[in-house]
Amino acid sequence: MSAVAKSDSAPRSQAEARVRGFARAAARLLENPLAAAGLAVVLALVAMAVFADTVSFHIPPNAQDLNARLLAPGAAHWFGTDDLGRDIYARVVHGARVTLSIVALVAAIVAPIGLAVGASAGYFGGIVDVVLMRITDIFLAFPRLVLALAFAAALGPGIENAVIAIALTAWPPYARIARAETVTIAKSDYVAAVVLQGAAASRILFRHIVPLCLSSVIVRLTLDMAGIILTAAGLGFLGLGAQPPTAEWGAMVAAGRDVVLEQWWVATIPGLAIFIVSLGFNLLGDGLRDVFDPRAS
Amino acid sequence: MSEPPLFEVEGLDVVYAGRDEATHAVRDVSFSLGRERLGIVGESGSGKSTTGRALLGLIASPGIVTARRLTFQGEDLRALDDRGWQAMRGRRLSMVMQDPKYSLNPVKRIGEQIMETFRLHNPGASREAKGRALAMLEAVRIRDPEAVFHRYPHQLSGGMGQRAMIAMMLIGEPDVLVADEPTSALDVTVQNEVLRILDDLVSARGMGLIFISHNLTIVSSFCDRVLVMYAGRVVETLDAKALDQARHPYTRALLAAAPSLDAPKAELSVVTRDPAWLA
Amino acid sequence: MSAAAKIAVEGLDVTFRGSGKPVYAVQDVSFEAAEGAAFGLVGESGSGKSTVLKAIAGLVAPSAGTIRIDGKPFGARRTPNERRAMQYVFQDPYGSLHPRQTVDRALREPLAIHRIADADSRIAVALDEVGLDARHRYRFPHQLSGGQRQRVAIARALILSPSLLLLDEPTSALDVSVQAEILNLLARLRKERSLTMIFVSHDLAVVAHVCETLAIMREGRIVERMPVDTLRTGEAVEAYSRELIAASRGYVRAAAK
Repeated sequence: MSAVAKSDSAPRSQAEARVRGFARAAARLLENPLAAAGLAVVLALVAMAVFADTVSFHIPPNAQDLNARLLAPGAAHWFGTDDLGRDIYARVVHGARVTLSIVALVAAIVAPIGLAVGASAGYFGGIVDVVLMRITDIFLAFPRLVLALAFAAALGPGIENAVIAIALTAWPPYARIARAETVTIAKSDYVAAVVLQGAAASRILFRHIVPLCLSSVIVRLTLDMAGIILTAAGLGFLGLGAQPPTAEWGAMVAAGRDVVLEQWWVATIPGLAIFIVSLGFNLLGDGLRDVFDPRAS
Repeated sequence: MSEPPLFEVEGLDVVYAGRDEATHAVRDVSFSLGRERLGIVGESGSGKSTTGRALLGLIASPGIVTARRLTFQGEDLRALDDRGWQAMRGRRLSMVMQDPKYSLNPVKRIGEQIMETFRLHNPGASREAKGRALAMLEAVRIRDPEAVFHRYPHQLSGGMGQRAMIAMMLIGEPDVLVADEPTSALDVTVQNEVLRILDDLVSARGMGLIFISHNLTIVSSFCDRVLVMYAGRVVETLDAKALDQARHPYTRALLAAAPSLDAPKAELSVVTRDPAWLA
Repeated sequence: MSAAAKIAVEGLDVTFRGSGKPVYAVQDVSFEAAEGAAFGLVGESGSGKSTVLKAIAGLVAPSAGTIRIDGKPFGARRTPNERRAMQYVFQDPYGSLHPRQTVDRALREPLAIHRIADADSRIAVALDEVGLDARHRYRFPHQLSGGQRQRVAIARALILSPSLLLLDEPTSALDVSVQAEILNLLARLRKERSLTMIFVSHDLAVVAHVCETLAIMREGRIVERMPVDTLRTGEAVEAYSRELIAASRGYVRAAAK
């Protein structure tokens, strides 16, 4: 049973080989209905964020109408209105933008830092490993919310500070993953082959080892998204994230606290949005893990 | 040979349903096994290991095993359910695999594992278990059975681990042993020791043996008859002693492709695969 | 060291000091190989033969002894140019190629590291020399068979035109028919490029086919050096050598009842 590709013709360039590999992985991912559902949710989130104005039919999310306060969901306002008469549907849609930007910013910060720290620790070993891992441990020790509160107290509330606070406590696990993978990969023959070709350590690390750590990091990121979204929502709930009047799902849940019994929609609908998006990321993460780890099938 | 054959196999097929197409790992394999040693030789992908596993009911889904005839001591193996197989394996039919590191339980001591196998097949005789296990370790020529009894698999060398595995697989006193590359992971000097042990045990107990290997030299010196497999099919059956009179081009090519210690060859003959062999 | 020797190893020691007792993997190993010769290192597991090869390659640091190539000593740290002088073919075709890199990328890397121009045509030539073609060029390792992967590994080893090739059981993981192809390929390339080869194997028949001289190793030491004829006749000096050669001839069955 040789592994020679039988049916498909040979790719004619590097780019073609990459595209085909990606297409194969995507096909495998979509075979899993739950993963496909997760992907759909994530893509819907992105679409909502990018085309917020269109999706919300150009209803301004911050327009107050004190005559239309706390209206139930209906034809005029699909998700009803909050206690300042603002349309909740529009606010949920625009809130997606805030959520997505927090999530994207955190991911863009933690993945590179985690990879750089972890891969270096795993490859060089010795004192480098000890120092980097102890630094990682120190950051791991901080509880996320407490650090965020500290930041808010020191620097003032706001999305940027919330992102920094979350990123500072979220990167250590990625360093650990990268280190564990690197330690195994560094022993392999293909790395030895590149060493024998005279490659410098930085080349080996960033062109050969880090690409192999990426799949674990991506899976971890998607699974972490749910936690990051919830933390951001929690910060928003405490008034430490996005500031009013910006629509942010966590802050919206907080605002609807007082009227949750009679006007349930004010708090529940943004809460549902948080739930669905977190679930979507989780399902996508599970699906990605199955695709990247063929042994799981 | 007035005794009926131990194994009667006719038209054995093993098919794996794949994403795009089905893979026929074993195609229309037929043979019979008496109280003799049958070697099954082939390269990777030939289906030899799959055949061995099919004989022990070890083909898991998505593999499907079909045969016109698949009987062991007259019993139809196709009709066996899980309980039937449990009664069969270890006690009447047994298997030794290539690497004891992967087939012995790493967290149990050797003695415990052998005793467990004994108790499984002799439910009433629990008290004899230790004595029998030690006797079995002696039978595979382990010099200090008591010491090895208390060791864990990772503390044994390759050869000792394989001997422990043989002890475990033969304690149920099966009539047939299927050995799948039992010596491939061992050094050459150790290989011969283990083969010697298998030789003696199989002769002494009058067992049937199926010896699966990629190594034509070992199989031809160890077995009575040899089946040569290619792409899931049996391309030739011959007497082990008559290997140089092989007729099928694949068998001849295989013999010519191996470098030999005795006769230098300027260039090793390459096997040109004839699609006619797949017919 | 004789004048014509391409590679001379003298008094090589490799000791691994981990958390437990030190492991004396290689003890006082010395041998020489002339230019264009193929020298075999034979032994069973634990004999240290692979460690000797890794020490020569600079993958493992020697604890004592010298390694000279063309008269120049090679230490544990190597410059990129020193690396070009010798290359390595690994045993496991499934582990020696980067799983996420195409064949093209794998062959481009050494050229990029040494800033060699004309990468595209050099890669095409390298593939052609090992019997592969454009169909295989942009495939990933998992899409190739074991024999094809080993061909890629050989192409990768030769693309920098080394004069010394270190081979660590290059055909042990391959089927007999594939092994024949690879050994024929190596013989041809050796002749074309006047390569010096150090060939490690546990298979005496393969070593007899490839090499002119060999050394038998056991537990880190060289037991005996011999020309390949001695291997074939089995008339070695040392008892262990004779035992090993006899065992390689196959199993002799007890007389049938």
